[in-house]
Amino acid sequence: MTSLHLPARSRAPRAAFGQMVLNEARLAWRQPAGIIAGVGISLLLLVIFGEVPVFQQASARLGGLSAFQIYIPILIAFSIGVLALTYLPGPLVSYRELGILRRLSTTPVPSSWVLAAQLVVQACLMAVAVLTLLVVSIAFFGVSAPKNPGGLVLALVLAIAALFSIGLAIAAAAKTSGAARGLMAAAFYPMMFLSGLYYPVQLMPGVLQAISHASPLGAAVAAIQDAMLQGFPPAEPLLVLLAYAVVFGFLAKRFFRWE
Amino acid sequence: MGMPQSTADPRLDVRADRLQEGGGGRLPPDGAATTSVNGVAASTQDTAIGPRWPARSAGTPAVEIAHLRKTYGALVAVDDISFSVAEGEIFGILGPNGAGKTTTVECAVGLRSPDSGTIRLLGLDPQADKDEVHEIVGVQLQASAFPAKLRVGEILDMYRSFYRRPADVTELVEALGLAGKRRDYYRSLSGGQRQRLSVVLALIGGPKIAVLDEMTTGLDPQARRDAWELIEKVRGHGVTIVLVTHFMEEAERLCDRVALIDSGHLVALDTPAGLTAQARGGSRVRFLPSGPFDAQLLTGLPEVTAVEQDGRHVIVTGTGELVNAVILALHAAGVTARDVQTDASTLEDAFVRLTGNHLHQNGDQS
Repeated sequence: MTSLHLPARSRAPRAAFGQMVLNEARLAWRQPAGIIAGVGISLLLLVIFGEVPVFQQASARLGGLSAFQIYIPILIAFSIGVLALTYLPGPLVSYRELGILRRLSTTPVPSSWVLAAQLVVQACLMAVAVLTLLVVSIAFFGVSAPKNPGGLVLALVLAIAALFSIGLAIAAAAKTSGAARGLMAAAFYPMMFLSGLYYPVQLMPGVLQAISHASPLGAAVAAIQDAMLQGFPPAEPLLVLLAYAVVFGFLAKRFFRWE
Repeated sequence: MGMPQSTADPRLDVRADRLQEGGGGRLPPDGAATTSVNGVAASTQDTAIGPRWPARSAGTPAVEIAHLRKTYGALVAVDDISFSVAEGEIFGILGPNGAGKTTTVECAVGLRSPDSGTIRLLGLDPQADKDEVHEIVGVQLQASAFPAKLRVGEILDMYRSFYRRPADVTELVEALGLAGKRRDYYRSLSGGQRQRLSVVLALIGGPKIAVLDEMTTGLDPQARRDAWELIEKVRGHGVTIVLVTHFMEEAERLCDRVALIDSGHLVALDTPAGLTAQARGGSRVRFLPSGPFDAQLLTGLPEVTAVEQDGRHVIVTGTGELVNAVILALHAAGVTARDVQTDASTLEDAFVRLTGNHLHQNGDQS
């Protein structure tokens, strides 16, 4: 053994993680595209839809709901999807490209902390986006408070976990930030379509509806909508989200390269 | 091989006067008040830069590499390299591009795992004892970058927070002329400033061993001298420095010993002076004679091995007191030598000679 008397086991000071989160938050603030897209755009759409009178009318074709009510969960899913898919893989892949992760791996801090710091910052932005959307729609557009807040939180947590896993799997699969952007776009736009952003799921043909319910954002919208309007969401969309979280989380962990 | 710094073991040569210098003040000339203190005596003083690890029993080398081998597919990057670096030594690794210098140090700090051979840093295995090694080894990688939109101060604060016993950041930053740059975004820094930041970050954890890969590449001459001064100062605190470089001047000025690596092999390992001596095939005198003279006048001298004409100049190669012998002989014949130039061999000659020889001899030299 060594005669070196090191202070108790060398683990990086806890404060280091705080510093990393702080710097990731600064970067998110200074490159505000993520905040604008993830928080701003969905809020803008919410306000626009809220001001269109026909969107406020309940429609039999939409199962007795108004278009506005339908859109609230979709916009929440949109915020989560944009942040997890567009603004999570990019920095991670460029950190790898630039050798930032490699440099970190020579310090006492585990490289995974930078990933965790990213997740913390993105999760905070998601929380801000979701809360803003809910508060604005309840306060200004007469939407009633969520029927089952516990179920809503569970649906949101699972949705965020599923989308994070997919985002990290993209970061793992992409060798360059260009490739990450391509994969992100290939995943994001079909997912948004299946969530009902462009065309209500309720009006889609049966096959597409089934695909939508099996898609991550489609399942997220279904679970959030149920928690807001009915009560505790049914098992199916929650299990779909859980499956995405587990499978893609495993893939990300298995294939993520630090160099 | 002996080390050039002082007659005694240079590891014990801690310049106490520097330790208390603090801040950016000029250093007194070498040896002004040199005291020999035992081992890592620096740790007992409250110094700004440098480690504050408890003193350890002497004898364990700071770096010990034995029979290191690393291949990338069919390419043998490093083949059977062995050397050890004493605590407090400044050890240079010199070699042409692609020689295996970077691979060697990347294996040493645990960034790459060797195919075979052993590596110990103060007795620790960089693969098995990663946590301890990362705490005591500061690394400057050849290519490293930081997020463009972070400020210098924010990067420094973050890296400082990684370590239990960080160095005095203010002092490091001042020594490398980055004091006014704390508020600047990383992306606005020049290449040289980025390089200096990366040197600061290698030292920010108060390492016991600092591994610097091409520390001064891209620095202007003044910044390079500042970096050298800082390295000498840090070493003065008992820190071991492993320096990958391709600047001969840097190796000559800083290094106690130099390992010359070529095509993955250790070609030579000696003090800069020792390497120069190894390479010395003789010296040369070049001059402009005041008038014509018989070449036999010089070729007859025992010191002279060759005489050549170079336009109107004459070049004489030889050994011993060549210049005196040549000038006296000319003077006796009534010829005056003007525009006399002599060149002694340098580490650069050693480099060319040793790597050149090596290439012809298929690597049997080390």
